[in-house]
Amino acid sequence: MKMAASSERSPPPFPESEEQELEPDLEDEDSDEGADIFTGGMLSDVVMDPPLPTSASEPAKDIFSDAPADSFNDPLNKTSAEPEKTESTGLSKAQVVSLVDKAADDEDLFSDPLGESAAAPVTDTKSAPLLDLGEEPPKSDVTEKTASAAVKEDVSAEVHKASQNDVVSKPQKDIFEEPLKGTVKEPATDVFSEPTGGAAAVNKPARADLFGDDDEEDLFKEPLGAVTKKPQVPLFTEEPNDIFTEAKAGSKAPSDLFTEETFTAPSAAAAAKPSVNTGSKTNGLHSDEEDLFAEATVELSLDSPHNDKRKREAAKPSVPASTLSSSASTSKPQPKTLEELEEEENEDKFDLNISVTNPEKVGDGMNAYMAYKVSTQTTLSMFRSKQFVVRRRFSDFLGLYEKLSEKHAQNGYIVPPPPEKSILGMTKVKVGKEDPSSAEFVERRRAALERYLQRVVCHPSLLQDPDVREFLEKEELPRAVGTQALSGAGFLKMINKATDAVSKMTIKMNESDVWFEEKLQEVESEDQQLRKLHAMVDSLVIHRKELSMNTAMFAKSVAMLGSSEDNTALSRALSQLAEVEDRIEQLHQDQASNDFFIFAELLADYIRLLGAVRACFDQRMKAWQRWQDAQNMLQKKRETEAKLLWANKPDKLQQAKDEIVEWEAKVSQYERDFERVSATVRKEVIRYEKEKTRDFKKQIIRYLESLLQSQQQLIKYWEAFLPEAKAIA
Amino acid sequence: MFSSALLLLPPRSSFLQQRKIKGKVAAKIKTERRESPRSLTHRPTRSSAAMTSISQDADREKMRSVSVDLNNDSSLLIDIPDALCERDKVKFTVHTKTTLNSFQKPEFSVPRQHEDFIWLHDTLVETEEYAGLIIPPAPPKPDFEGPREKMHKLGEGESTMTKEEYAKMKQELEAEYLAVFKKTVQVHEIFLQRLSSHPVFSKDRNFQIFLEYDQDLSVRRKNAKEFFGGFFKNMVKSADEVLISGIKDVDEFFEQEKTFLLDYFSKIKDATAKAEKMTRSHKNVADDYIHISATVSNIGAEDNTALKTHLEKFSELLEKLRKVEGRVASDQELKLTELLRYYMRDIQAAKDLLYRRARALADYENSNKALDKARLKSKDIPQAEENQRQCLQKFDKLSESGKQELTSFKGRRVVAFRKNLIEMAELEIKHAKNSTALLQGCIEMLKVN
Repeated sequence: MKMAASSERSPPPFPESEEQELEPDLEDEDSDEGADIFTGGMLSDVVMDPPLPTSASEPAKDIFSDAPADSFNDPLNKTSAEPEKTESTGLSKAQVVSLVDKAADDEDLFSDPLGESAAAPVTDTKSAPLLDLGEEPPKSDVTEKTASAAVKEDVSAEVHKASQNDVVSKPQKDIFEEPLKGTVKEPATDVFSEPTGGAAAVNKPARADLFGDDDEEDLFKEPLGAVTKKPQVPLFTEEPNDIFTEAKAGSKAPSDLFTEETFTAPSAAAAAKPSVNTGSKTNGLHSDEEDLFAEATVELSLDSPHNDKRKREAAKPSVPASTLSSSASTSKPQPKTLEELEEEENEDKFDLNISVTNPEKVGDGMNAYMAYKVSTQTTLSMFRSKQFVVRRRFSDFLGLYEKLSEKHAQNGYIVPPPPEKSILGMTKVKVGKEDPSSAEFVERRRAALERYLQRVVCHPSLLQDPDVREFLEKEELPRAVGTQALSGAGFLKMINKATDAVSKMTIKMNESDVWFEEKLQEVESEDQQLRKLHAMVDSLVIHRKELSMNTAMFAKSVAMLGSSEDNTALSRALSQLAEVEDRIEQLHQDQASNDFFIFAELLADYIRLLGAVRACFDQRMKAWQRWQDAQNMLQKKRETEAKLLWANKPDKLQQAKDEIVEWEAKVSQYERDFERVSATVRKEVIRYEKEKTRDFKKQIIRYLESLLQSQQQLIKYWEAFLPEAKAIA
Repeated sequence: MFSSALLLLPPRSSFLQQRKIKGKVAAKIKTERRESPRSLTHRPTRSSAAMTSISQDADREKMRSVSVDLNNDSSLLIDIPDALCERDKVKFTVHTKTTLNSFQKPEFSVPRQHEDFIWLHDTLVETEEYAGLIIPPAPPKPDFEGPREKMHKLGEGESTMTKEEYAKMKQELEAEYLAVFKKTVQVHEIFLQRLSSHPVFSKDRNFQIFLEYDQDLSVRRKNAKEFFGGFFKNMVKSADEVLISGIKDVDEFFEQEKTFLLDYFSKIKDATAKAEKMTRSHKNVADDYIHISATVSNIGAEDNTALKTHLEKFSELLEKLRKVEGRVASDQELKLTELLRYYMRDIQAAKDLLYRRARALADYENSNKALDKARLKSKDIPQAEENQRQCLQKFDKLSESGKQELTSFKGRRVVAFRKNLIEMAELEIKHAKNSTALLQGCIEMLKVN
């Protein structure tokens, strides 16, 4: 069963793995996770019409791109000229060789099967995957690779020589030496017999990519290390940990390659483990290809960390690109992909336009709801098509947020919050006819939802989330539950929030990092100020509406006065004045809605966002608390051990020692968790500030332009009136 | 001389208690030495800034425009260069320059209070001879309740505001108060100027006493009985008006005037109320800018990102815009609302003239009836004839001068409206252009950064 599972799994991991990377705690539940991945990875299916090729392609691509730049060049170059098979074999050889100098024999084995397997898939997938590659994703990868060529080179060089010069090299070396052994052993047995390792490897690489991609720059810098560490810790408790700690980036790759499967990532680990052990055998030919890819992917992952600049996008595209390359491992696809990659890099990093339009009331009475048209326009290859439209209702948006925040908030990500539920407003819409206040409510919500979605897809990690893609793409979405403000689930949520708040108050964190302390303070005072400002802008809106109303009344009154006036010229001038005032009334009204939609709503958004920012600080605190608790526990265990030692009870002593080991592992893991969350929070806050600066600037300019426009209109109106006034005789 | 003496008075400690205006310059001096309310004394008042903006606004000429029919006769020139506000009382310094030899001196100043103006107006109304004239409407009682109340509220809300915000709000209020004060002075001035420019009123004895008598007029304030008596008289008058208005006028001109003025009065009254509301809400918008600007600047001060400069620019701009918006509101108030308000009162005066004429007509008809009765009874015939003759004479005189007055009133109204509307349109354009320039400058700056 395992085998079967592994083989099936191998394709889906790409998308899923991405998601899972975020969840570091999955290590233990390999099988389960794998399953989850599959189920969760609906997207993967979509993407992967030719699943195997895609998976294979990734690595292949990577390999190619990397290979030229890297020390691997030799084999690659040679092979590149030739058909895929040779390349793949060459790559595999090179890698194998580099990795395991000693295990030359093994190399041969690998290479052979790989080549064979590669050939088969290549033929199958070439057509389809190639197309995909051409579109977009490949570009980014290639570019990344090239850009990071230097880094790669280093790595590769190191790998080859197994020299210990760089940190990266060290870990690699270690990894290679040890993991290789492991892998060699396994593959040697399994792989040799078949290319089993490949399947596992594929899974791994994919994950590695995912890691690289998802984590993006930051991950590479730190979080990556953490991620890799975690999985590794359990598996490799011994050496890998050290390696990882030292050279995180390096560690990832190595881990992926060798231990492969287990350590790459939690998710990867889940999938990888089974695949390695069992799947490898079963996978057969396909697995061979996968192996190649896997190796390639490993390289990619190494590269990706280095390529801070190329972010998620690059990472994402890399997957598809890789598929292409793998599918068409021939030399042809490579150049194309490179070019494409470059193009993509030049392109705006966000080629994704989302709009929410056409609010429509569905149903009647209290069961009625508003449905919105969510249209997406994109050139990102992660989507099935370039343009698609779905209908979503408000609770779907809330559901999306629930899913995202469940997955990402605990890792310190700022998950953009959706607009609040408004029972009052919605009830009005449900009951009311076409009165202006409910129309305004609907428009306000529509605009807020649009901004919300745009914020979500602007977030590199969230964009990768399959739920986001599903939300944008999938025709029918399961009804979101638990988003009802008054439902039982809502009640539970409230209780949870309350308990959270209490625990927050009770946790006294002695802050080690001044940066966080200062930021938190800043965030809090900003929150206050924004709230104040929001209240004032609200009052401006109200006053301007009053002004508009009063102007309208005055206009009517002046019109009446004009009609009573017996001097003809004055009468005309007065009715002209009434007209001018009428127009000005409209102007005030428009300006009031500009005040509201451009200015007040921006502030409301940011007040909500600040809540999310504070939540991510809370997550960090929670991680810290967990770490502290674990430390305390460890301390207790140690004391128990000491007592036992004193009491001379050897039978229980062993158990106590085991517990200590266990808790030591936990402590170090929680510490890494904390470090990782801290790093993420830091990154996220910086990102938030950048976005805020951009948003505010944009909106302020927009607002001023709206003011400018109404002033210009005013000039026009009065200038038109002036001759009328002068004409009074 | 006079103003300096006043300046030496010990300052009272309650807000808006003591105030004095001597032209533009005096206004400045006065506000600078004006005390802030007791609770606010710890805050330094920088009223000079507010003042400058006001003294620009408060062009005396603008106000005069309300009644444009002032002839250029320089035989009697009156102005109020100075005024002092003490609690509820406002003391005006009425300055006269004349070539008429009915006055003892060519130039003199006297202190007068609002009640003195009312007295003058009432004596004019009561003078039988002037029944055929539109008696210039009495100036409204000085009303500083609005700004005073606002000031009170501001003091209460002080804790919710930042220092700068509070200072700006206070400034704004002071400006408003000063504007009200100036308007009050000007309305009183216009009243006198209209009298002085009228061929009949300028020769009125009471008017001359009002101008010349250099002691306190110490006009006896109306006591309660008189006050209620006046009230009762008003009631009777309006009831009478209703009765008389049913009578079809023999004269086409007056019949038309009557319907026109009645209609016009209700319309202009409505328009005045609406314009007041409009300018008030405009003022609120301008005030909101103050708070927003202050808060934005606070946020900017705490921000460490590139946003800081943007927010600062934005805040500065809002502060400037707020001033412009405030000016728009006060100019509308001055040019539009004040115009409507004045003509509302003037039309009331014209209506009063019509009433007096209608009353005379009714009297004449009654005397006719009495004469008929007397003839029937052959009793007291000469007496009745005399009475009838007098009534007719009075009525004819009233009709004649009334016709003249109403015609000139019409011309005056049209000219005043024209002038004010043109000025308002020009000011609106000026302010809008000002805002446009400010906005464009700021947008460019933001875009560059």
